[in-house]
Amino acid sequence: MAEMAAENKMPEVLFWVGCAGSFDDRAKKITKAFAKILQKAEVSFAVLGTEESCTGDPAKRAGNEFVFMMQAMQNIEVLNGYEIHKIVTTCPHCFNTLANEYPDLGGNYEVQHHTQFINKLLEEGRLKVEGGHFKGKRITYHDPCYLGRANQVYEAPREVIRKLDAELVEMRRCKSNGLCCGAGGAQMYKEPEPGRKDINIERTEEALETKPEYVAAACPFCNTMMTDGVKNSEREGDLPVLDVAELIAQAEDL
Amino acid sequence: MDIHFGIQNIIFILALAAAIWAFARQWNKIWRNIKLGKPLDRTDQPGARWKTMARVALGQTKMVRRRYVAGFFHVVIYVGFVLINIEVAEILIDGILGTHRILQAPLGPVYDAAISFFEILAVLVIIACVVFLWRRNVQPVARLRSLSGWPKRDGNYILVIELVLMMALLSLGAAEANMNNLNTEGWLVTSQLAPLFSGLSQEALHWVERGAWWFHIIGILLFLNYLPYSKHFHIIMAFPNVWYSRLSAKGKSDNLERVKAEVQLMMDPEADPYAADAGGNGDDEDERFGAKDVQDLKWVQLMNAYACTECGRCTDSCPAHLTGKKLSPRKIMMDTRDRLEEVGQVIDQKGHWEDDGKSLLYDYTTPEELWACTTCNACVEACPVNIDPLSIIMDMRRYLVMEDSQASAQINTMMTNVENNGAPWAYAQADRANWIKE
Ligand code: SF4
Ligand code: SF4
Repeated sequence: MAEMAAENKMPEVLFWVGCAGSFDDRAKKITKAFAKILQKAEVSFAVLGTEESCTGDPAKRAGNEFVFMMQAMQNIEVLNGYEIHKIVTTCPHCFNTLANEYPDLGGNYEVQHHTQFINKLLEEGRLKVEGGHFKGKRITYHDPCYLGRANQVYEAPREVIRKLDAELVEMRRCKSNGLCCGAGGAQMYKEPEPGRKDINIERTEEALETKPEYVAAACPFCNTMMTDGVKNSEREGDLPVLDVAELIAQAEDL
Repeated sequence: MDIHFGIQNIIFILALAAAIWAFARQWNKIWRNIKLGKPLDRTDQPGARWKTMARVALGQTKMVRRRYVAGFFHVVIYVGFVLINIEVAEILIDGILGTHRILQAPLGPVYDAAISFFEILAVLVIIACVVFLWRRNVQPVARLRSLSGWPKRDGNYILVIELVLMMALLSLGAAEANMNNLNTEGWLVTSQLAPLFSGLSQEALHWVERGAWWFHIIGILLFLNYLPYSKHFHIIMAFPNVWYSRLSAKGKSDNLERVKAEVQLMMDPEADPYAADAGGNGDDEDERFGAKDVQDLKWVQLMNAYACTECGRCTDSCPAHLTGKKLSPRKIMMDTRDRLEEVGQVIDQKGHWEDDGKSLLYDYTTPEELWACTTCNACVEACPVNIDPLSIIMDMRRYLVMEDSQASAQINTMMTNVENNGAPWAYAQADRANWIKE
């Protein structure tokens, strides 16, 4: 972004990568897949790079408003400094925080989740996909809480999957009734409380009930949780857990 | 019009006045308790609020979602309750004036049709109560099986009371159907039930009729005064509760104004230091970050506790509960109500609030429960009366972390990383853009 600003250029959209997308090895693949999609669709985009910092979401969900506010205000300063208006992000947690919790603090942006953005590119014909090797495959989609219930985005990712000519199979609990993967609310960073089972195992079992060939996710944290769940049921080899962006990128051999 | 004003009516008027007085007293106490919460303005977008109330509370849309048996029979009882109340209004007038079915003559056939309709509803309500008693006791559904003690008894009492009241109403009509000077042919159900009392003399019928009438109306007045002690209070509280429910995206968690002001001050030395007070209510100094006790919560959260139906739909969809953790969002709401009632009792006894050494957090709800929440909003989504258990969980977590420094080592590490490295993990900020080159 700094480079673009130096050249006095304004990107169509700012790609907010998020911490998982920047540092986590698995999530980085999602980041790259989405960046490739943006390039393929000839979208002019920028990233903040080292000027991006955690949105503060994990601290806020853990109950620490101080750390959250400090992060938020720093980020807003950077974003407003570049006069950013449109943001797209591959992380539903960043999406939720940027869209819902930043406006109070002076950060007003039009924020989209990457599944919404991809769906729009497809609808506008800026991006074209053919089913490729996903044609007719059974794909089940796991709703991230912070995209679905928290922000009522249920259809965009599903429409993208349908455009792959794949067979979208729904889990017992889906959409507004979807079961959490177990990572939210700062759970990602701690051991679960004692109980019968880990939440991601429960959710993976529901996914397996649909006899899928792929599990689709739309959140780097859900992805990790579902991947671990699949490993746990020893299906690692034949049941890939892929982000919606990766599905598109793979279908197009990007 | 036949008016027989007599001793019966005087007794009735006294009973009615006593019932209303007792209810008003209870109501004021509850309102006082709710007002112990912190202020919160939820009067924006009145249009959308009325619409939500019409849809969710009046229209019961969330009741019928995915829960077809419970949803259907609940609607039956609900419609029965609302419409049969029209008949109760007539009973009240009769009781006060000494008339007998005052609306019958002026309304004529419309009256008979209405009574027939109410009678059918009464039969349906009886069936629904039996089904619900079955689902609570004989073959309990999971979310109701987990209830025990008072909440379980409370649920059963309500159903039995409703059942008995409906039976009294039908007995009333059935007795009248056998009485000489009354015009009851048009009443669908009670004309069928009439043979039950056909052997009785006119004198005895009169006693049965009076008995059923009194039983029914006194039952209703007692029921009215049972409400404030019961989860059944939701029949009243559901409406304001839904009206004042949150309209913004569920993912939005409120930003603590005081923290906002302090951080702003920290980041901008030129900011007005007195602005720190602007968000609060003046007495900020002893205001806590987050919630330890019910008084730290917002009034809407306390109203939530009185509106909770204890139905357990929240807990039934909670990922933590489903996998055997201690957390139950229903329990969070019941804890809040129980503690609030306890605080209210202290105020009743002492005339003002005096610290009793207890608090919602720790004495009712444990940190273990709070930390098990994934903030997934399933409970908020599932609640038929738009209660937000998650906001209470978050407020208590805030207290744990910001006031009591009670976070686990792992959570502390995460928070330190966010603060120092700008990421929840210990990566260097300089490496953030490495993926571009990889
Ligand atoms: S938000 Fe928390 S309490 Fe509510 S359902 Fe999810 S995990 Fe359970
Ligand atoms: S909070 Fe809502 S869903 Fe949960 S028990 Fe109470 S009324 Fe039912």
